[in-house]
Amino acid sequence: MNSGSHVELIGVSKSFASTIAVDAINLKIPAGSYCCLLGPSGCGKTTTLRMIAGHEAATSGDILLGTQNVTDLPPAARGTAMMFQSYALFPHLSVIDNVAFALKMRNVEKTERHAKARKLLELVDMASYEERLPAQLSGGQQQRVALARALITAPQVLLLDEPLSALDPFLRIRMRAELKRLQRELGITFIHVTHGQDEALALADMIVLMHDGNISQAGSPREVFNAPANEFVAKFIGGHNIVARAGKKFAVRSDLMELQVKKPATKTASITGKISEIEYQGTAFHITLHSTTGEDMMVQMPEHKFDATPLKVGAEVYAIWEPASAHALG
Amino acid sequence: MMLVFALFFILPLCFVVMVSFWDYNEYQMIPRFTTRGYYESFEGCLTKLPELCTMLATYVKTVKLCLIVWLFTFLIGFTVAYFLAFHVRSKTWQIALSLLCTIPFWTSNVIRMIAWIPLLGRNGLVNTGLMDLGITHEPIEWLLYSEFSICLALVHLFTFFMIVPIFNSMMRIDRRLLEAAYDAGATGWQTLWNIIIPLCKPGIVIGSIFVITIVMGDFITIGVMGGQQVAAAGKIIETRLNALQFPAAAANAVILLAITFLIITMLNRLVDIRKEL
Repeated sequence: MNSGSHVELIGVSKSFASTIAVDAINLKIPAGSYCCLLGPSGCGKTTTLRMIAGHEAATSGDILLGTQNVTDLPPAARGTAMMFQSYALFPHLSVIDNVAFALKMRNVEKTERHAKARKLLELVDMASYEERLPAQLSGGQQQRVALARALITAPQVLLLDEPLSALDPFLRIRMRAELKRLQRELGITFIHVTHGQDEALALADMIVLMHDGNISQAGSPREVFNAPANEFVAKFIGGHNIVARAGKKFAVRSDLMELQVKKPATKTASITGKISEIEYQGTAFHITLHSTTGEDMMVQMPEHKFDATPLKVGAEVYAIWEPASAHALG
Repeated sequence: MMLVFALFFILPLCFVVMVSFWDYNEYQMIPRFTTRGYYESFEGCLTKLPELCTMLATYVKTVKLCLIVWLFTFLIGFTVAYFLAFHVRSKTWQIALSLLCTIPFWTSNVIRMIAWIPLLGRNGLVNTGLMDLGITHEPIEWLLYSEFSICLALVHLFTFFMIVPIFNSMMRIDRRLLEAAYDAGATGWQTLWNIIIPLCKPGIVIGSIFVITIVMGDFITIGVMGGQQVAAAGKIIETRLNALQFPAAAANAVILLAITFLIITMLNRLVDIRKEL
């Protein structure tokens, strides 16, 4: 349908009064990719998104969309569209008028803009609700309408501000798949702000992990998960244990660790501790260990392995891992 | 609650309607059914049509006055409310400026009206100022004791009743809606027309009801600012009361009530207030 544009941020900063929300970040998001801005609250990810959208002026730096410098353009002139957190649908307008709103602002004739809006409502499977008011829709339906409304101007880049956070967990997973499908079909660039690492891992072609106004790491989900750049990334992305070895810190994936009661051969990398918690998670057991060096770590143990050597809370065990699966942190 | 309402509203209203159908002579009411209170007020009006008799002309003028005052209170009230709601960012300033709007209410109605007189009179500040500047050579007569001064005083007195409900409606508008409109390429005026005004409708209607009901029944402001020379529906009732023609006064009150009720019903058609509150 459309071809997306790549988005480039060059030394973009944003400061509010005395605090720096975004600190001179550089980022290149390839055209037609699904990019997740990930990070804890207050890390600057939403501010970054709002600067790309044009709802927040960058204090310094440049924002490029394709070949165009859009730093000083208003939102509607950028070729971006934003889907707001909790959707911000106009409560007094019907679904179809909400979707057609941007066209109305461009003085497109009513029959024409309604025809276009109807097409988009079909795309998001909401065609039979066009006369309803937003208050008469469920959260998931409102989201679809918000999506259609954002897409009506045929943007090259769609910006989504925590689009799934208002949904219940079941719906969240369904809408997540839907977002991915839409992005694939439309072929435009999606930039999606989230604080959920599972959401980012599931959706993104590119994860940009932010911390304190800086980019901690940017890369594909597998790169970020398998080779976290630093301790913050390893902790935030989850599923990792941080171990100190000879003054250096390493991240070891919790599913690549094993537990045994016997003392391992001296060559094997290991750490010893007491089991403080055992959780059954269906596919695996999550066993929390309090090590003798004072760290808490978590080991995932498949059910069949756990059955072979049942462990109890309070037992002394050794956590072992292949030296190759330890990833040195910067 | 219902009892209070019945005792202090429904019951007196019933009395008014009842009395309006009574007969009267120079000094007393006679409890006997008649429509004299109504038809005497409009005597000769039908034959005179299409020319308006005094009574009809007075009602028409009352409605006209009311519409002018409504228009100006609305324009000023909406602008002030818009400024307070969307341009004043800090809560403290919002509260401070809202309180500033209530300053006129620190003195009585009558004093606020009288305060206009030294300003607008023949030798008032405005006239002397204009003459000193050489813009006019003699005092402008229509500044005081005219429809102009009545409208001015009424607008001054009642704009606040427009500001409060509209401001309240505006404060309830989710700011993200304005951002969403901006994102969709709406200009400031387009956002005002397509988002803010529709969402302020309940406030506008409530403010309008306040202003219209007050102005339609007003006779003090019209008396003082009109120099007792301008007739309006409220003044008719007052004159009748002073002449001890209670049934005729009641009949005019019922007519006025009916007109006001009609206007409010039309406004209610525009917005279902009970749903919006």
